[in-house]
Amino acid sequence: MSVLLEARNITRILPGEIPVTLVRDVSVSFRAGEFISITGPSGSGKSSLLYLLGLLDKPTQGSVLIEGRDTAAMDEEELANLRLERLGFVFQFHFLLPEFTALENVTLPMRRLGKLSEKERRARGEKIMSELGLGDQLNKLPKQMSGGQCQRVAVARALANDPVLILTDEPTGNLDTVSSKVVQDILKNLAHQQNRAVVAVTHDMNFAGMADRRIHLVDGKIV
Amino acid sequence: MNIAVFIALKHLLSRKRQSVVSVMGIVIGVAFFLAISSLMQGSQKDFIKQLIDSAPHITVSDDFRAAKRQPVSAAYPHGLIDLRSVKPLTETRGIRGYKKILEDLKSMPGVLASAVLTGQALLSFAGKDVNVTLNGMIPEDLRDITTIEDDMIRGSVDDLIADRNGILLGQSLMDKLSLSFGDNITLAASTGQVRVFRIIGTFRTGRSEYDEVQAFVDIKRVQSMLDRTNRANSIIIKLDNPDDAFYFSRDLEARIGYKSVSWQEASEDLLNTLVIRNIIMYSVVSAVLIVAAFGIYNIISTVVMEKHRDISIMKSMGFTASDVKQIFLIQGIVLGIAGLFAGLPLGCALMYALMQVRFKPPGATEVINMPLDWSVPQFLIASAFALTAAILAAWLPARKAAQVLPVDILRGGM
Ligand SMILES: Nc1ncnc2c1ncn2[C@@H]1O[C@H](COP(=O)(O)OP(=O)(O)OP(=O)(O)O)[C@@H](O)[C@H]1O
Ligand SMILES: [Mg+2]
Repeated sequence: MSVLLEARNITRILPGEIPVTLVRDVSVSFRAGEFISITGPSGSGKSSLLYLLGLLDKPTQGSVLIEGRDTAAMDEEELANLRLERLGFVFQFHFLLPEFTALENVTLPMRRLGKLSEKERRARGEKIMSELGLGDQLNKLPKQMSGGQCQRVAVARALANDPVLILTDEPTGNLDTVSSKVVQDILKNLAHQQNRAVVAVTHDMNFAGMADRRIHLVDGKIV
Repeated sequence: MNIAVFIALKHLLSRKRQSVVSVMGIVIGVAFFLAISSLMQGSQKDFIKQLIDSAPHITVSDDFRAAKRQPVSAAYPHGLIDLRSVKPLTETRGIRGYKKILEDLKSMPGVLASAVLTGQALLSFAGKDVNVTLNGMIPEDLRDITTIEDDMIRGSVDDLIADRNGILLGQSLMDKLSLSFGDNITLAASTGQVRVFRIIGTFRTGRSEYDEVQAFVDIKRVQSMLDRTNRANSIIIKLDNPDDAFYFSRDLEARIGYKSVSWQEASEDLLNTLVIRNIIMYSVVSAVLIVAAFGIYNIISTVVMEKHRDISIMKSMGFTASDVKQIFLIQGIVLGIAGLFAGLPLGCALMYALMQVRFKPPGATEVINMPLDWSVPQFLIASAFALTAAILAAWLPARKAAQVLPVDILRGGM
C-alpha cells in the first residue's frame, strides 16, 4: 500500500534565549488503512509532532512528504490547500465554530474547497453525520449538544473533504468512558473500513492498544 | 454566497447589539457630515454668488498697476547720473481709446462689456446734503451687464432707456431723505454743474452701504455734468462663465496696460478666509467620522481577540491568511455600508430641517432661509469618507487576525 505521509528525520527547535527542542530526529511513515497511536508522557512532544505532520508547523530540520510531495518549499497557500483536501484534524476540544449549526460546521471545509454545490454539500454533510449517529443533530448549535456529540461533529467536519489522513490529538481526552468508546470505534473504522490513515495522540492505554502500530515518544524522541 | 461574507455576517449577527451600536456611530457621523458640509457649502456658494453678482466680473479702471518709469531711467538703467525730483507726466484721467477696447471685447463670444463713468455728486433735499456715487452707463448695458434689474423694487431699467433724465436710487437713500418715487431731485457736481433728475426706479440689494450711496443714470448726463464728454473711467465686463474672470482679466491687462481687476482678485482675502473655513469644517466633521471608525475598530478587534481559537481552527482546516483577513474586512465594510445607508437619509432629513430655519443675516434687510447645498459631490465625499474610515478601522484588526498562528493557540490548549 502506498505511503500517504512520510517524515524524514524531522527536528523542531523553538528558538529563544534557551532554545527548546520539541521534536528530535523523528522519522515515521503512514500508509492507507493504518491506525497508529502516539503515546508518551506529558510534555514529551506528542502534540508538537502532530502539528509538524499536519503541516501546521514547519520542522527546523528534515522534511515531511505528503503522498510523495515534499512540503518544505511550499508556500502558505499550497500548505493550506493540502490541509483542506488531504488532511483532517480532531483536537482534544471540539473547537466547533459557535455561531454555526452542526451541519454548517461540517460543510464549512466543503464550502472553502468550492467543488460542491450547496445541495451536494448538504447531502454529503447529512450523510457523514448520520453515519456517525448525528442524523438528528443537524441544525443544532454546538452549545445545544453534549460533549460527545460535539466531538463526533468535529470528526464529521474532519471528514468533510474526504481526507486520506486524519490526525487527532487526544480526541477522547475530554469525554466520559461511553462517549470515548464511541469516538474511538469511529476512528478505528475510518482506518480499517474506509482505508484512511488515522493517527491518534492519546494517554488512554486502552485506545493506544487498539492501534496497528504504536509510536512512543520520550523527550521528543521515538523510543 | 461567498464563504468569507457568510462567516462575516454570522459573526456580526451573533452580536447584534454591538454591531448596531457601532453602525450608529457611522450613521450619526455621516448625517452630521452631510448636514454641516451642505450648510457650509450652501452658504459659501451663496456668498460667492453674491460676490460675483454684486460687482462686475472684471473692472478695468483708468489706472496702472505700477507707475510708469521715467524715460531716462528706462534708457540708462545703469547710468552714472541719477536724475532727482523729476515730475511725472500728468496723465489725463479716463481710459484712452475705450471705444476701441469695448469693440474688441464685444466681439468676443461670451463677453459683455460696457463703459462706465463714475463720479461724485451732492444730493440736497429737505435740508440734508448727501454724497451719492453716480454710475453713468448706457442704460441698455446697465440692464444686460449689472444685476441691478433683479434688485428693482419699483420701476425698471427700461424706464431709464425711455427717460434719459431719470435716475435709479437705493431704497435706503430714499428712506433717509424721505424721497418718494417720481420725485425730482437736484444733483450738484464738483464742476459746479447742477442737474435735475426724476426718480424712476428704486432698488434694494440688501447691502445697506450700497443702497445708501449708489445711483444709476445715463452716461451722457454724467459726462456733461463732469465736463468729460466722450470719456469713461472704467470698463465693466461680464462673462458667461464667471470662473474665467481671473485669467481673462490678467490677459486683458497684459494687452491694454490698464489695471484690470477680476472679482477673484478683488475678493482674494474673502476667498482665502473661505478656504480656511472649509479646512476647519472638514476637520471637525471628519473627526466625527473618525470617532465612528473607532467604534468599528473596537468591535472588530474584540471579535478578532475572542475568535483567536476559531481562526486557528479555520486555518488548520485549510483557510489561508487572506481568507481570514477577508472575513474581518468584510465585517467592517458591512458595518460601513449599513451605517451609510441609514446615515444618508438621516442626513437628508437633517438638511431638510435646517432648510426650514429662517433668519436675518447681520447687515441684511431681509429674512432668508438657510442656504443649503444639495449637490452630489458632498454625498460622494461623505460616502467615500465613511467607507474608507470603516475599511481602515477593520483593516488593522483583520491584518492581526490573518497573522494568528494556529500552533500558538493549539499549544495553549484553549
Ligand atoms: N511555546 C512554547 N515555549 C516553550 N516551550 C514549549 C512551548 N510549547 C511547548 N513547549 C514545550 O515543548 C514540550 C512538548 O510539548 P507538547 O505540547 O508537544 O507535549 P505533549 O506531549 O503534547 O504533552 P501533553 O501530553 O501534556 O499534551 C513540552 O516540554 C512543552 O513544555
Ligand atoms: Mg499535547
